[in-house]
Amino acid sequence: MLTAETAAAWLHAFAEKINENKAYLSELDSAIGDGDHGSNLARGVQAMEEKLQAGGLETVQDVLKTAAMALIGKVGGASGPLYGSALIAMAKQAGEDEKDVASIVKAGLDGIQKRGKAEKGEKTMVDVWVPVCEALKSGALTKEVIQNAVDGTKEMKATKGRASYLGERSVGHLDPGAVSSGYLFEALLEGGILDE
Amino acid sequence: MHSDMEGRAMKKILNDPKNVVDEMLNGFVYANEGKVERIEGTGVIYRTFQDEGKVGLVSGGGSGHEPSHAGFVGEGMLSAAVCGEVFTSPTPDQILEAIKKADQGAGVFLIVKNYTGDVMNFDMAQELADMEDIKVEKVIVDDDIAVEDSTYTAGRRGVAGTVLVHKILGAAAAEGKTLEEIKALADRLVPNIKTIGVAVSPATVPEVGKPGFQLEEDEMEYGIGIHGEPGYRREKIKTSKEIAEELVAQLKKAFNWKRGDRYAVLVNGLGATPLMEQYIFTNDVHALLDREGLAVDFKKVGNLMTSIDMAGISLTLLKLEDEGWLAFLKQPVSVPAWA
Repeated sequence: MLTAETAAAWLHAFAEKINENKAYLSELDSAIGDGDHGSNLARGVQAMEEKLQAGGLETVQDVLKTAAMALIGKVGGASGPLYGSALIAMAKQAGEDEKDVASIVKAGLDGIQKRGKAEKGEKTMVDVWVPVCEALKSGALTKEVIQNAVDGTKEMKATKGRASYLGERSVGHLDPGAVSSGYLFEALLEGGILDE
Repeated sequence: MHSDMEGRAMKKILNDPKNVVDEMLNGFVYANEGKVERIEGTGVIYRTFQDEGKVGLVSGGGSGHEPSHAGFVGEGMLSAAVCGEVFTSPTPDQILEAIKKADQGAGVFLIVKNYTGDVMNFDMAQELADMEDIKVEKVIVDDDIAVEDSTYTAGRRGVAGTVLVHKILGAAAAEGKTLEEIKALADRLVPNIKTIGVAVSPATVPEVGKPGFQLEEDEMEYGIGIHGEPGYRREKIKTSKEIAEELVAQLKKAFNWKRGDRYAVLVNGLGATPLMEQYIFTNDVHALLDREGLAVDFKKVGNLMTSIDMAGISLTLLKLEDEGWLAFLKQPVSVPAWA
């Protein structure tokens, strides 16, 4: 169940994955972007951890909003606003119904798309969020769903974001934003939030 | 000593280039002691004057455009300005702090220049404010008619005309107009403001240490943006009169004016162009607008929206469609950069 505690634990697990894979994310980004995705996100999740550990957060909305504020203040580039928008939208939705994870994540996707204007198939984080949302809705989110979605970005051609400057040359590389989004949802799965 | 890529010294009065914004803001607050303050740990400058029950105005963007935007904070104009790193949008958490400071119970209006980063970050701040139950509306200023779509912009860029938006909306807010009325005024006002500029030498961002673009000794470029974004034509440098003819001709095309139409004029220095040259150019613009038969009811000359040390000038015209706009322009204010 999603509560203030499990939401904080989810984000903590996400932060750990980002830290463990910081170099890998930046390496992926060097191939098709400007090479700072790992270090930018690591800086952001560190600030997020400090804020979350300060405590005093009583609702899921508080947790998500606090995380959003930390990320948008620290990450920069395009991923700061995109993750920040996702979390702000999720926080808003959590204010409506903090138990409904599927609707909260869907609100996050809407937030990303509103900000970044990307559609499915454009080699962005949206390509992970869309199938994850669908799977959450039918209660069928698994590690495989996430992994397939992340891997699926490899053969796509980028038409949005900085990687779009490469066009055809972006094919054959995983999208770093998709990979980091994959970590977010793996952390969600592993946290047991979805278990009855 | 800081040096550029060829090892030449960057001649600027600085300390560590990383600290330019922080040190500048501290100096600014000291110089305007009693009138403005800074929210600690942020780039937010706010006025000490409080206008209970009235709409607050917040503007901002990257630094490097001084006196924009903090120079317009004070009674009769902005409630607060958010100053980002040089040529870099401020982040939403800081914009939110400015919104909270500016809110006097009647909501807050944001004035945003049309750059992708600014639009995105102010948008997010608006959503955050919404969650805190502060009513926020905004306008995106896109007055630069030089080019469509640019390095940092989809559509047209926001430049010097933004200062006129600050002035007019500031007077409207001081008069007690509601958030909805200010939004409606802004939406009518912005399409009536058009700007075009010319650069004769580039700007150097302190942390970069070298000019943002190259111009030959005898060259100038029409339509350059305030971050050095490309313009629409390069030519050998011309006389002030010839430059004025080109800029006025572009504005004429954009406005499609007729004799007797009423306008406000803003001649803006881009940072390293002396006032002497700005007045010479203003004199040339005067002659051309006279020839066109326009009634110029309001004039302003000076460095209001700069691009660090870029040399050049921009010309802004505002079509005075509404009698009220002129009164708002002329309303006295108490801010550091508008006399």
